[in-house]
Amino acid sequence: MDEISSLIGGFATVLQPYNLVLMVVGIVLGVIIGVLPGLGGANGVAILLPLTFSMSPTSAIIMLSCIYWGALFGGAITSILFNIPGEPWSVATTFDGYPMAQKGQAAEALTAAFTSSFVGALFAVVLITFLAPLVAQFALRFGPPELFSVMFLAFCSFVGLGRGSPFKTVASMMIGFWLAAIGLDSITGRLRLTFGSYELMRGVDFLVVVIGLFGIGEILLTIEEGLTFKGKNARINPRIVLETWKELPKYWATSLRSAIIGCWLGITPAGATPASFMSYGIAKRMSKDGDAFGTGRIEGVVAPETAAHAAGTSALLPMLTLGIPGSPTAAVLLGGLLIWGLQPGPMLFVEQKEFVWGLIASMYLGNIVGLIVVLAAVPWFAAILRIPFSIIASVILVLCAIGAYTVHNAILDVWFVLLFGVVGYIFKKLDYPLAPMVLAIVLGDRAESSFRQAMLMSQGDLSIFWANGLVASISGLAVVLLFWPLLSRLRLWLTEKRFFVRRRVQEDVAPTDGRTEAGSGKSRAK
Amino acid sequence: MRRIVEGFVALSGAAMLAASFGGDAVAQAWEPTRPVQFIVPAGTGGGADLMARVIQGTIAKNNLMKQPMQVVNKAGGSGGEGFLDVKDSKADPHKLIITLSSLFTTPLATGIPFNWKDMTPVAMLALDEFVLWVNADSPYKTAGEYLAAIKAGGPNKFKMGGTGAKQEDQIITVAVEKAAGQKLTYVPFAGGGQVATELVGKHVDSTVNNPNEAVSHWKAGTLRPLCVFDSKRLPITEKVTATMAWSDIPTCKESGLDVEYVMLRGVFTSPGVPQAAVDYYVGVMRKVRETPEWLDLMKSGAFNTTFMIGDEYRNWVSREEAVHFNLMKEAGFLAN
Repeated sequence: MDEISSLIGGFATVLQPYNLVLMVVGIVLGVIIGVLPGLGGANGVAILLPLTFSMSPTSAIIMLSCIYWGALFGGAITSILFNIPGEPWSVATTFDGYPMAQKGQAAEALTAAFTSSFVGALFAVVLITFLAPLVAQFALRFGPPELFSVMFLAFCSFVGLGRGSPFKTVASMMIGFWLAAIGLDSITGRLRLTFGSYELMRGVDFLVVVIGLFGIGEILLTIEEGLTFKGKNARINPRIVLETWKELPKYWATSLRSAIIGCWLGITPAGATPASFMSYGIAKRMSKDGDAFGTGRIEGVVAPETAAHAAGTSALLPMLTLGIPGSPTAAVLLGGLLIWGLQPGPMLFVEQKEFVWGLIASMYLGNIVGLIVVLAAVPWFAAILRIPFSIIASVILVLCAIGAYTVHNAILDVWFVLLFGVVGYIFKKLDYPLAPMVLAIVLGDRAESSFRQAMLMSQGDLSIFWANGLVASISGLAVVLLFWPLLSRLRLWLTEKRFFVRRRVQEDVAPTDGRTEAGSGKSRAK
Repeated sequence: MRRIVEGFVALSGAAMLAASFGGDAVAQAWEPTRPVQFIVPAGTGGGADLMARVIQGTIAKNNLMKQPMQVVNKAGGSGGEGFLDVKDSKADPHKLIITLSSLFTTPLATGIPFNWKDMTPVAMLALDEFVLWVNADSPYKTAGEYLAAIKAGGPNKFKMGGTGAKQEDQIITVAVEKAAGQKLTYVPFAGGGQVATELVGKHVDSTVNNPNEAVSHWKAGTLRPLCVFDSKRLPITEKVTATMAWSDIPTCKESGLDVEYVMLRGVFTSPGVPQAAVDYYVGVMRKVRETPEWLDLMKSGAFNTTFMIGDEYRNWVSREEAVHFNLMKEAGFLAN
């Protein structure tokens, strides 16, 4: 019960008026940062870090961590409204969030996203409060082979998700891997695939690709359709929040599973982005009507958002206890800790009690304040869709360009965004899925370096992925998920023989109402 | 061209000021007229980034510059992106860059067209130290014992974790291999904090982490320092653990491992900037070095606080360049 009394002490610190004001300021700034694509939480925190040097460490971390919470919340907004993920971890939110907005359910999707984020964060904070030392020990067991098996699991949980041709999925994924390989090879220290261009040295940033594929690609498709937003007739009524809340408890299993996935990946430290993808993939597998995912299922918003926020929150735990950041933003906060004269690592919990518990208390309060702020703004966010497309499209284009430029302060990235906009449009026209490509770009680099680190450690012996109980069980799970489509097809094939006629009828009904709207531009263009 | 003209204007302004106020005014004659970019050729959260942000913070807090300073990370291609950016900004005195060993190693390993002589040296701020660490549960109490174990074990038996490929950590590893006459398995990771954690988790056998990156684990009793890769012991005598201070760690040389390495934390600016601008930044950095924030950083990171400017600094850098070239050539790390 030591934790409880320490936590109450933490609340006493946080509830000082000065700290409360900083909290609200941080949340609002964070939401703005999250909404602007490109200007991620890490950049935002880095820019604002110097402002906090004159504050006490506790006040400073309260404000900066609230910016982080705000950015986590804010990332969902543009994903749902415009199909432009403001943050890497909100890519999976677009899969169902954007179709919902197109159906006029933007407010429902936003409410579900924000509420799930809050649930995920709360789950992670409770975990941090009571299990921090234990969890830190668990995180230590994750070396390169374990990390690779987690990445492998993320890929496997996603393979076979698309309804289209598996070859198109593989092709799309390979293009993603190829893009991820551009730049410096982190194991040999040499440049590759740069074709002598020093501009390509930094590689192609994930955000640049995503802004192009989703943002610009979507605008091109909409222009073709005749310059209207699908979500124009969105109902804008504060009561939608309450109505959505009534519906959400139905998905408690998805939430719980996603929160666990999120915490696990946040701590290990694979991070929020793979967590959101993995959780979306598994939710689709587990759901009774998984086939309808991608057409605007509220579950498809709940799963990635819960996982992303749980991971984002629990990513602070390895930073505080071990000094390794679980996310880029956590890395910047880590720099902040050192500037404020605090040494992150196992002694922080012992030496800086007031600071640590102040931070944990601010996680509780910051997320509550954040939820209130963003929920209050839901009707306004949804109302953005009523602005004529001709105006909003130009604003989005400008935002995309600024966002791309901000990532590396490089003009080449702006050209890349336009290029990938066209690529995204062509992909949709030819019915190639975008998700596998995005997944490969996000995780390709880290999966590759973990794999090669593991290979260095084992002198090229693949058995390192089965060397101990932990890594073997993760790898095993991944292999099962990889062959799941085959297994279920086998089962289907067996049942099909018996219920051939019934199955035909089902098939005629199910797919047509589903995928058409979300995935392919073909049907939308009609 | 415009910038060159600006430079002339600044110079002639300086001359006029000097004429009217006498010699004393010369040092303060140049001042930034717009925000100064401080480029970090590495990602956020690392040692160079941290130092740049401390400098930025102390300058802002103590009003040491009339114009704000902005820290910009240009980490692409092991920092090559940042170095090329400064090289291409002809005579722009509003651009500074902080260095790591990648100043030498990146162009050598990747073949990008860059040399430190493409920039104007401002000042050496400090030298970062390297310490040989093992897990506290390992049986090795001294560098000598560890070295003997490496010699006795087969090739590639011991795993050394480090930051990046063909950079400072791997260069030290190669030097250790040479001293031991036995190959080690070098495993590159993304950042120093992660490297230290891999050692705590026993995924590698040893690391050469900077003091800052591993001190917390040392305090917690999970890591053990064996020796420091400098010519003399660290100066800080304040106890870190119950029994040891930084100054109690022997040098590697006195433990029988004859390897020395320190890393430059220095500042450069664009090529061809007027001397008045260089003098201005030297003045600012001197003031930064006196602030408590800076002193705290130096103490917590157990830095070597050597400060150099002008020819002394230039000579040090060119000597170090030759050292890196030889080390990398021997290790077979050169691009061509």
